[in-house]
Amino acid sequence: MTKLMEWLFVVGTLGAIWLALLTNTIENSFAKDHYDLLLFSPVIFVALFGLYALTLVLYRVFTFNNCDEAAEELQKEILQAKEDLQKQGFKFKTVQ
Amino acid sequence: MPSTDKYSILLPTYNEVENLPIIIWLLIKHMNASGYPYEIIIIDDGSPDGTLEAAKQLQKIYGEDKIVLRPREKKLGLGTAYIHGIKHATGNYIIIMDADLSHHPKFIQEFIEKQRSQNFDIVTGTRYIGGGGVHGWDFKRKLISRGANLLTQILLRPGVSDLTGSFRLYKKDILETLIKSCVSKGYVFQMEMIVRARQRRYTIGEVPISFVDRVYGESKLGGSEIIQFARSLLYLFATT
Ligand SMILES: Nc1nc2c(ncn2[C@@H]2O[C@H](COP(=O)(O)OP(=O)(O)O)[C@@H](O)[C@H]2O)c(=O)[nH]1
Ligand SMILES: [Mg+2]
Repeated sequence: MTKLMEWLFVVGTLGAIWLALLTNTIENSFAKDHYDLLLFSPVIFVALFGLYALTLVLYRVFTFNNCDEAAEELQKEILQAKEDLQKQGFKFKTVQ
Repeated sequence: MPSTDKYSILLPTYNEVENLPIIIWLLIKHMNASGYPYEIIIIDDGSPDGTLEAAKQLQKIYGEDKIVLRPREKKLGLGTAYIHGIKHATGNYIIIMDADLSHHPKFIQEFIEKQRSQNFDIVTGTRYIGGGGVHGWDFKRKLISRGANLLTQILLRPGVSDLTGSFRLYKKDILETLIKSCVSKGYVFQMEMIVRARQRRYTIGEVPISFVDRVYGESKLGGSEIIQFARSLLYLFATT
């Protein structure tokens, strides 16, 4: 099953349950007492999920490791490499 | 413990004349220290900047058993560069990495140890978990990267944290099979590879890596990256 099919299956199932509750095909008191909440629940769910995703992304952006030491270490290694290679007779192409 | 494992490191290059000597020097240093048998295969696509001449000099210094040159006439793209390299690889494991110094050879030993710990089919470097990270990216680039990554995680649930990274170790036969099953070009190719690997139930290990954005030269994959990414994501969403 492709991911698309999985999504369609899950969304379809949830949608069917939601509709059944809403039209009271599934007998329940919740739908009668909280009709508006039930009606808007998909929108509320998507909005909350969007908010969660946005928060998560921002949190991850701000905590993204900058690897400053790795960059400094690399700069030192570049110098070492150049020195050592030159000793071994490597001719660097001079770029202007 | 006797072992006949050998690691073939594929290094595709296009206009990397400044980076190549440094990356080779680092590779030799770290691979010699690790003690594992290895070879470095340089696949240069007719770079006009003289990368191949630099590679020839390096081959003289380090020997033809360590540095193998498999140049091609003209720029034919990364995917086919890997295929070309694999054909000439004598190792049973393949390591692919960029030659632009954003992938540091010091991590290769960790990849190898990770692979051996649970006989993984693939080990991939990851910038997104543990001690992994990126140097040289501004807020916008980080935001796009993190956003695209989360979206991919939600839609595809690939079970791998870094899909577009190209610092990986593969069992040779698995890489050969995978490459044949992939249709993408460019950097989304890496994403397709790892998603198809999951689909085929290959086992994948992850090693956090620090990614230092290229110091010399410029990236060859710019421009329409986001559109390319979105199309590829939808394609994989519908087909895997
Ligand atoms: N042989 C070959 N190497 C390439 C080609 N395009 C890119 N490369 C190399 O592939 C690696 C990754 O490319 P880069 O431009 O750094 O991509 P980025 O890191 O995604 O921006 C570098 O080592 C490049 O020199 C190509 O068409 N042929
Ligand atoms: Mg790069």
